[in-house]
Amino acid sequence: MVAALKNPGMPRAGLGFLIGGLFGFGLVVALRAVSGLEIFQTEATGYPHVIVPGITAPIGFLIGLGCFDYWFRWASGAPTIPDDHSQHGAYSWKDYFKFNTDHKVIGIQYVVTTFCFFMIGGLLAMLMRAELAQPGTQIVDPGVFNSLFSTHAAIMIFLFIVPVFAGLANYVLPLMIGAPDMAFPRLNALSFWMLPMAGVLFMASFLAPGGAFDAGWTGYAPLSTGAPLGQSFFNLGVQFAGASSVATALNFLVTIVTMRAPGMNFWRMPLLVWANLSTSLLVVGATPFIAGAQFMVLMDRAIGTNFFQAAAGGDVISYQHIFWFYSHPAVYIMMLPGFGIVSEVISTHARKTIFGYRLMAIALLGIVILAFAVWAHHMFVSGMFAWLRVPMMITTLLIAVPTGIKIFSWLGTLFDSKLHIESTSMLFALGFLVTFVIGGISGVMLGMIPLDIHVSDTYFVVAHIHFVLFGGSVFTIFCGFYHWFPKMTGRMYDERLGRIHFWMTLVGMLGTFIPMHWIGMEGMPRRVADYAAQFGNWNLVITIFSFILGVAQLIFVYNMVVSWRFGPKAGDNPWRAKTIEWLVSSPPPVFNFDEIPRVVGGPYEFGVPGARHAIMHDGDGATVSGPEPAVAGAASGGGGGEGGGS
Amino acid sequence: MRRAVNRMPLPMKDMSLSTFLKGAAIAGLMTLVISLVMVNIDWLGPVYSSEKEDIVTLLNVMIVLSSLVFSIVMVMMVYAIWKYRAKPGDESDGEPIHGNTRLEIIWTAIPTVIVIFAGVYSTIVLNDIEAKADNGKIMEVDVTAQQFAWRFDYPEQGVTSTELHVPVGTQLDLHLNALDVIHSFWVPEWGIKRDLVPGADLPGGDDIDDTVTVTPTEEGVFSVVCTELCGWGHATMRAAAVVESQDDFDAWAADQTKIPDEEDVSSGVPGGKGAGVFDDRDLTDD
Ligand code: HEM
Ligand SMILES: [Cu+2]
Ligand SMILES: [Cu+2]
Repeated sequence: MVAALKNPGMPRAGLGFLIGGLFGFGLVVALRAVSGLEIFQTEATGYPHVIVPGITAPIGFLIGLGCFDYWFRWASGAPTIPDDHSQHGAYSWKDYFKFNTDHKVIGIQYVVTTFCFFMIGGLLAMLMRAELAQPGTQIVDPGVFNSLFSTHAAIMIFLFIVPVFAGLANYVLPLMIGAPDMAFPRLNALSFWMLPMAGVLFMASFLAPGGAFDAGWTGYAPLSTGAPLGQSFFNLGVQFAGASSVATALNFLVTIVTMRAPGMNFWRMPLLVWANLSTSLLVVGATPFIAGAQFMVLMDRAIGTNFFQAAAGGDVISYQHIFWFYSHPAVYIMMLPGFGIVSEVISTHARKTIFGYRLMAIALLGIVILAFAVWAHHMFVSGMFAWLRVPMMITTLLIAVPTGIKIFSWLGTLFDSKLHIESTSMLFALGFLVTFVIGGISGVMLGMIPLDIHVSDTYFVVAHIHFVLFGGSVFTIFCGFYHWFPKMTGRMYDERLGRIHFWMTLVGMLGTFIPMHWIGMEGMPRRVADYAAQFGNWNLVITIFSFILGVAQLIFVYNMVVSWRFGPKAGDNPWRAKTIEWLVSSPPPVFNFDEIPRVVGGPYEFGVPGARHAIMHDGDGATVSGPEPAVAGAASGGGGGEGGGS
Repeated sequence: MRRAVNRMPLPMKDMSLSTFLKGAAIAGLMTLVISLVMVNIDWLGPVYSSEKEDIVTLLNVMIVLSSLVFSIVMVMMVYAIWKYRAKPGDESDGEPIHGNTRLEIIWTAIPTVIVIFAGVYSTIVLNDIEAKADNGKIMEVDVTAQQFAWRFDYPEQGVTSTELHVPVGTQLDLHLNALDVIHSFWVPEWGIKRDLVPGADLPGGDDIDDTVTVTPTEEGVFSVVCTELCGWGHATMRAAAVVESQDDFDAWAADQTKIPDEEDVSSGVPGGKGAGVFDDRDLTDD
């Protein structure tokens, strides 16, 4: 028992949580007593004796878990053991609940944790849809409804979509570039463990007097600065999620720049690596702004700084500028990694090199640059200075160009390919193309100021968001789950269940989100618990389809859980892919490679006789001329015969 | 050998001109059908202001352009799936085509032209809908929002009301202000929307664009809808917007309460820690 509390691990983390919380609480009480203030300040926006423990308790947990042990030892001059690999690899399920520095373990920790948040966020959404099935108030009152959509969006964005991509990339990216691990494994583990802390804070807000935070995921001031205690939990949770995401991004940047295997120059990097490079640049540049915005709101609430209080000389609209300076780039933070996944999947399952590979990479960088120059398109009707609208409209519309390049290049990749549509990940990639094009079109419409003036803050925006975030991000996430499941678990999932999952998800998604465009254009505002009776029929339809969508995800969970346990062995390279993660065993060995691979060609050289991406062991490169020489030869022969039609 | 493959003259190896033309014809037909159907639907509901008429035209142009983009993508995708689907057991690879510079330039340039057109056209429409009336007949209304109610003051008539009454065909200049949190003014039938920002009337609010213009063209009773989340009662924060003849309006205005002389403009503006804003808020649980 004592040993358990002394060594890093869950018991000590629990103790750290308690001690951290008590320390924060004691600090506030003591300082207030010393200053002669009332000990407990319980104005709606106050509660310092809750806010400060909200910071110290999670930090206590992280210390207890062992996130800082090595650094503390080093800082205090105690001997450190650089070659201690006891925190690498997972040998039983218990190892997933430890501070583990293995990027593959961390990847799975991320994916499983974030998927749990996806389920929680999904349940909140179903509750909302149940309430909205008919006009009037049936299930929850308007205050609770406001909390439902706020927590739903916050959980989906900060605890599912942003981090799940970090998780998938954590697993595959070091393997793809031939690195033994991430550049900073301990920082990587810390980044992961900050996420559950953000989750605890978001969920804890449900216990706060006045209910969970309810100012929307956008938390506009001064609604948020005057809101009850729950809002503070949002402000704090975002700090942990944001810090996690910045630390991971730095880790990816350094890993990608410095740890690529010999021979992997920038133009030989798989597009997933390019995508995460671009995403990380966005995260590092933008995320500090949301952290700042939420700290400013917290300070307005708790210590009366008046950043956003007009009557005290503050500037109300500046909150929106700071918020969107993060949150617009954030929508690409939530999309670019998905672009990377789709590129890998389409190339592999269509057995064809990516059409226009370099332009694909350049388009990603173009999006990164433009993404920082469009934020005010969320503020066309906000009353901000009018001159900024047209320039921001032009940059917004220009983003459609690199986005279009990507879509057409994927389509170009499908031509003259050998399309394996039976694999679920390919289905999701193709489904993504359809839904994302629709989301892009509605985005361009929103970008045009006169149209936005009418449909801003209506269900049309809700439809757009979900076409890009569900039809875009979530489809690519499933795409990636199915594609790398055999690599991560060494087992094969059930393709038939996968196909059922895909079709139900597609139908549910289209049925749920297409009608939202219509009711939005006709006059239904967003974020409402009740609406005019004229929208009743469509809302009922939407609710029915949303339940189909919800049930479909249970099929996915069943498929993944059962296949992980009982699925047939997958083999090292079931998709016959070229990138390096497929050239090691499934799951890969603890240290990834016995010998660092040597990269000798592009990542997608399908159909090029004799071409290879990487050589795993020096020596076999000389003897093996191509992976499947016979088949490759047959393919080019067949292709030649078909060529030159009329 | 790889070079030779790279330099293939045609973008898609076995795509003949006639296939291409057939695809283009199908995409064109699809665009036509989708556009014809969609342009004839009243997506935006009733169009009862001259500003909204411009917006509807813009939407229709966008529908045609979007249908074109959507049709091209769908035709390309369906053709590729139909034509290049691997037969069961076929383990071979596709053609090693790495790209085609001409094609890549085309699909960079054409979307650029389309979006620049959309941007210029939108700017023109924006200027039109924000232009002042030619006849110079403009009526001013001060709109004030507060959780969860609206107030409309008529400085010319010197009256105040909780309903928005306006004469048909007169351009309105609505001056927007909020007393507590941000709200947003929207009459769906008029198609215009703008946030009401607390502090817009204070000296520090000079930068806030708090005037929005609209010219109602149709008589009737509509709703002013709050479209910015403002708290507990957001969903039901509505007021009547009554568009009537000039005579009816004058008669109505004569009947309304006068604006009190000393108006307490700054009352309720949240200061410090949002003092007072949420005092009367219904905190349901505990
Ligand atoms: C062609 C590309 C896109 C364009 C031109 C575009 C444009 C816009 C515009 C103008 C708005 C503001 C609407 C309003 O509030 O009035 C908006 C909202 C939004 N967009 Fe996009 N968008 C694009 C792609 C994306 C992508 C890829 C994502 C995410 C994956 C995304 C996520 C969102 C979200 C979450 C909002 C709503 C934010 C909120 O108010 O809660 N968009 N988009
Ligand atoms: Cu945006
Ligand atoms: Cu409101």
